[in-house]
Parts: sequence; C-alpha cells; structure tokens
Amino acid sequence: MNMQRREALKAGGGLGLFGLLAAAGLITPSQARAEWNKSAFDAKTIEETLKALGATGAQNSTDIQITAPDIAENGAVVPVGVVSALAGVEAIALLIEKNPNPLAASFMLPAGTEASVQTRVKMGQTSDVIAVVKVGGKFIMTKKEIKVTLGGCGG
Amino acid sequence: MADPMKIRASAKDGITEVKVLMSHEMETGQRKDSSGNLVPAHFITELSAEHNGKQVLAAQFGTAVSKNPYLAFKFKGGAKGDKLAVSWVDNKGDKRTDEVAIN
Repeated sequence: MNMQRREALKAGGGLGLFGLLAAAGLITPSQARAEWNKSAFDAKTIEETLKALGATGAQNSTDIQITAPDIAENGAVVPVGVVSALAGVEAIALLIEKNPNPLAASFMLPAGTEASVQTRVKMGQTSDVIAVVKVGGKFIMTKKEIKVTLGGCGG
Repeated sequence: MADPMKIRASAKDGITEVKVLMSHEMETGQRKDSSGNLVPAHFITELSAEHNGKQVLAAQFGTAVSKNPYLAFKFKGGAKGDKLAVSWVDNKGDKRTDEVAIN
C-alpha cells in the first residue's frame, strides 16, 4: 500500500514538474525578461523612484512630448502618451508625482521599436506627469501638469 | 483565467502599429470595499509583445495603470500575416497570451 502510494506520488510529482516546465517554456518569452522592479514601483517620491530606476539627475529635455489632456474629467482613466523623436530610445518610464506610488509604468524598447507609447493611468488628484526617457545610456525627462476634476482612487 | 485581450496590429509604410486592450481589474490595494476592508492589490505587473517570436516591447506596470489597461506602441518592420503575440503576468501569477496576425 505504502509502496504504491510512493510510486503514485513520484509519478505525480514528475508529471507536475514536467507540466510546469512545459508551461514555462510555452509562456515565458525566449528573451530574458527583467524582473519587476519592486523598489521603483514601491517608491513614494519622485526622487526615490528616479533613484530606483537608476535615473537620478535626469536632465529636463524638450525632445520628449507628453500627449495628454490638460484637464482630465475622470482621474480613473487618463490617456497619456509619450513620444520622442530621438533615435535609440531604450526605455520610457511614466511617473505621476502626486500618486501614492509615482511610478505608473515603464517600457523597455528593443532596437526597432519607436519611442511612442500610449496608455491610460489613474490619477488621485491634479498632478505633474513626468516622462523619463533613457537614450544612449543617459536619462532625460519632461513633465506636464494634468488637472483632475474627479480623483481616480476613491472607494 | 482572464478574458482574452483585444489586439489590433496594422502594418503601414514599414511600421506596425499595435493597440492592445487587456481585461483586468487592476486593483490598487488602496481601495476599501463596502464593509471597510482593504481590497487586496491585483494588477498586471509585466507585459511582453513579440513579433514572429522576437520581442518588440517589454513593459512593467504599477497599480496606477487603469482598469482594463490600454497600450499602444509602434515598431519598425512587420508585414501582413506576421504573427504578433502579447502576454502578461499579474501579481498573483495569473497569465495570459494572445496572438493575432498583423493586417
């Protein structure tokens, strides 16, 4: 009885591992994917976030455009886009200064992907939205104020 | 299992424009339910897009991305009929991959 149980466990365990590996192989992209940057997403201030991103001292630049409304009626869904005409942009991060955790999203752009991303974010209140762009190993940033008439983080 | 994503990928003049609409609650972990308990955070953390198996975008999301996240981006190359796959993982380990043909 015991032996059978052991064998069953063994077989089951083996199958489970195999299934996991197969699933991992199927779903995980072949390219190495960066770990979710917990310290950057947990940061509470712009400075902490920039530090966690390794972007401390990012210079203001006019080469980045933030496309977003000046006034957002609904803070739960604010369309924000970041566009840059610069070549060789490697990464884009989107920060909202007055949110509990400023970092909203970060994007890694492999060569060939244009510096143009759009998404929708939640904003608790009127705030500056900051786009940080990594180009040629250096960080640059720009900001735009978006006025929110109805916050997006209420219950 | 989450609902499928809506993905549109269109190639024009050598550039493929991709628009993705995911179906996800994106709970921030800061909201309270009617009885005053915190609703635990549940949000997409990572997203990857691949064109014919080559990664064209990797993204990390925080809780500030809106419910049912929308994402649009562009990459060079891509022709009609090519495969474009988008996959995401959330903080509870749920994942989803959807694939479309570029048109």
